[in-house]
Amino acid sequence: MKPSSLSRRNFIKLSGMTGAALSLGFYFPAKAKEAAILKTETAENLGIELNAWISIDTSGKVTIVNHRAEMGQGSFQSVPQIIAEELEVDLNQINIVFGVGNNTKYGSQITGGSSTIRDNYKKLLRLSATARQMLIKAAADKWGVNEAECYASNGTVIHKPSGKKFHYGELVVDASKLTPPTEVELKDPKDYKILRKPLPRQDTPLKVNGKAVFGLDKKLPGMLYAVVERNPRFLGKVKSFDDTAAKAVPGVKHVLKIQMNVFAHKREGVAVVADNLWSAMQGRKALKVEWDDTGFEHHSTEQLYAKMNESFKQKPINYKSKGNFEDVFSAATKKAEAVYETPYESHSCMEPVNCIADVKENKCEIWGPIQAPDWIQSDLSEQLNIPKENVTVNMTFLGGGFGRKAFTDYPHEAAVLSKELKVPIQVMWTREDDMTQGPFRPGMVYQCKAALSDDGRIRGFETRMAGQNMDHQNARSNKKAYNSNVTEGFLETYLNSLPHYSFGDHPLDSPVPVMWWRSVYSSTNGFAYESFMDELALAAGKDPLDFRRQHVWDERVHHLITKLEEVTRWKSREKNSGYGVAVTECFSTFVGEVVKVSKKADGKIKIDKVWAVMDCGWYVNPDIIKAQVEGSIIMALGAATKHETLFKEGKAVQKNFDSYKMPRIADIPEIEVHIMDNEEKAGGVGEPSLPPFSAALTNAIFDLTGKRIRKLPFNLDAV
Amino acid sequence: MAEITLKVNSKTYTIDADPKMPLLWAIRDMVGLTGTKYGCGIAQCGACTVHLEGQPVRSCSLPVSAAKDKNIITIEGLSDDNSHPVQQAWIQEQVPQCGYCQSGQIMAATALLKRNPSPTDKDIDTAMQGHICRCGTYPRIRKAIKTAALSMNQKASK
Repeated sequence: MKPSSLSRRNFIKLSGMTGAALSLGFYFPAKAKEAAILKTETAENLGIELNAWISIDTSGKVTIVNHRAEMGQGSFQSVPQIIAEELEVDLNQINIVFGVGNNTKYGSQITGGSSTIRDNYKKLLRLSATARQMLIKAAADKWGVNEAECYASNGTVIHKPSGKKFHYGELVVDASKLTPPTEVELKDPKDYKILRKPLPRQDTPLKVNGKAVFGLDKKLPGMLYAVVERNPRFLGKVKSFDDTAAKAVPGVKHVLKIQMNVFAHKREGVAVVADNLWSAMQGRKALKVEWDDTGFEHHSTEQLYAKMNESFKQKPINYKSKGNFEDVFSAATKKAEAVYETPYESHSCMEPVNCIADVKENKCEIWGPIQAPDWIQSDLSEQLNIPKENVTVNMTFLGGGFGRKAFTDYPHEAAVLSKELKVPIQVMWTREDDMTQGPFRPGMVYQCKAALSDDGRIRGFETRMAGQNMDHQNARSNKKAYNSNVTEGFLETYLNSLPHYSFGDHPLDSPVPVMWWRSVYSSTNGFAYESFMDELALAAGKDPLDFRRQHVWDERVHHLITKLEEVTRWKSREKNSGYGVAVTECFSTFVGEVVKVSKKADGKIKIDKVWAVMDCGWYVNPDIIKAQVEGSIIMALGAATKHETLFKEGKAVQKNFDSYKMPRIADIPEIEVHIMDNEEKAGGVGEPSLPPFSAALTNAIFDLTGKRIRKLPFNLDAV
Repeated sequence: MAEITLKVNSKTYTIDADPKMPLLWAIRDMVGLTGTKYGCGIAQCGACTVHLEGQPVRSCSLPVSAAKDKNIITIEGLSDDNSHPVQQAWIQEQVPQCGYCQSGQIMAATALLKRNPSPTDKDIDTAMQGHICRCGTYPRIRKAIKTAALSMNQKASK
């Protein structure tokens, strides 16, 4: 993969060689469960929109489309690694290009829920094996031999008895005339040569010399730059503005009031547009805006949490229950209750959100760091009243995503401005905009209760959750209905072993926009239930790891706990240290983590080490997994001990990294990662190691000090 | 506005800019080198780090006038072919995830190794403390700095 291959024009040129290339892709027949494989030529004749996942040209070069975002999680490497394995080509023979937004073509493109591999690997394996089989057939036909006597290796087809060879490039013309076979044989994982190997990422070279193009690096001829002064209160409006001084700043071209969509609401602001970013920012400083902030509440953090706690007095939206918790709880002699609190958080991707839009009459083209290009395509088509096929959404590399860049507000903002001003516009959010405008991870309060049997087993478990429901922001949502996302992962590892349980939701209504934040609801659910499990283990008088094992019902989790026990030497834990464990499920992956803490000479707590064991089933690249686990743990460490977004009078307080404190290099403990080897269905990788960390940390601190931390974030130095 | 001469990666550029414009925007939007990144604008995250006369500086908080006629090295100036030992170490240890902060991280690491060829963990902490990585590549950054130190010292002793 060479950097030059990254241009879209290059790919069109390549994949346009239908007569002299083998080009295969998927389409999604109406109502069919599985994607079907078709040749590009056949599809064109039938008028079917096909995504060209794989094209092989006469030089043997393979070009594939990555229809998902690359935001650090490694899709840029893991997708080609899957294809190279079954196609029998060298990874270096593969060019990769980003797919544009189009879900009739690609299926869902939202890079969320850690789904890129788990949703697509079976299709990708099958497609690659299909292409390989067609090349083998073409070679066998040319030689007039039996297909079974031929095999593919390293971009060639070889006739075993004679040793004769054809390069893939020599076969594509003939192969493209064949009908794709409906059945292909896939490799046994034990024969993998490329999969399961820690092969270096193909995007790394571009990311050590400044050549990787992120959204903010993209430029178009004639493009103008915009920054927007938005109402700092989320539902506020623009009353009036004075742009005299702003317009006097050299370089400033336009000042205009704009509205953009934030879920069901409009956000109002004043855009300053200039021929360079710095001028736009200077113009914005000189702008005077008067806001209209009437008609909605201006909450502080204290008020938001008071409302959440108050809501427990009301009847919850009930969902997911078994048995009769109330009766079991009132009859129990051993019981426990606890309340846990987690904060609002900013995503704070290192690349703040930004987007380029070029709207011309009946067409709109977008470039930007975008997690869900298909959503942007649909949304802009609707908002601008432009046919969907005329909306082209191009993904650049993303400087972090974490859920924030799946949101449609910033492309909409750019499109509104470009439509109005009739030039390409790049909107950049300053760090302050990015940190104060949201959407944020919602703050949550959890009320947990449990009853234990005399022999120390959980008889009944009840959780009530209060906090903003992300789905409720959509205009069409039913605010009274059960929304299963909220309980994502909650107690998943133990649920089937509990005779009585009950969950209730108390959704909070607030003007604060909220959105998925790495591992979504699991990111806070994990802290609540794995902290409570620890409290229950104590109440039951049991070892915290054994107590969990007793309540686990899935064999995979048993194996995972045994592995965690071994690698941490749990049974011979060091004296004068605290150990905490947590085991969670998230996006079909199980992760167990153990944190070890001790006291420094000055009496402050030090995190000595974190062990993580991940069972994500079938997997691609162990080094990418390791990196994702490290990163998830460090992000969780920040949310547990460093940062939170507070609100005062309806505005976010933390505006930049001077007050939203991030973990830095000296804060990072040693992290040891293990991956379970099995062939279970693939689970997620990018997010599932985040949920267990904060509970494992506070459980370790309890083990060392006897202090139970139930509210995040906390200051590690002040424990 | 004023005419300002900048020496970036041994090339001379004459730009017409507000002298108060931060060097970052002059490099990105006027010189046209986009490897240097905007992260916070207040010298808190380190994404904009470049070398000014060999010293790591936060280009987001330095007026372009202060860089006039001085030697500026950006990430693009480290090598033409990723051959700088720090770039090599970054590849070997597979440091980047999203990659956005890495230009700044690499410029800081390069400056550290220039003044201290064998940094201890504590030296690394001090030199890199001003750099934020939201993806959490810190363990690999530490490892890569040590890898680079080793290869630079081996080269030097040859």
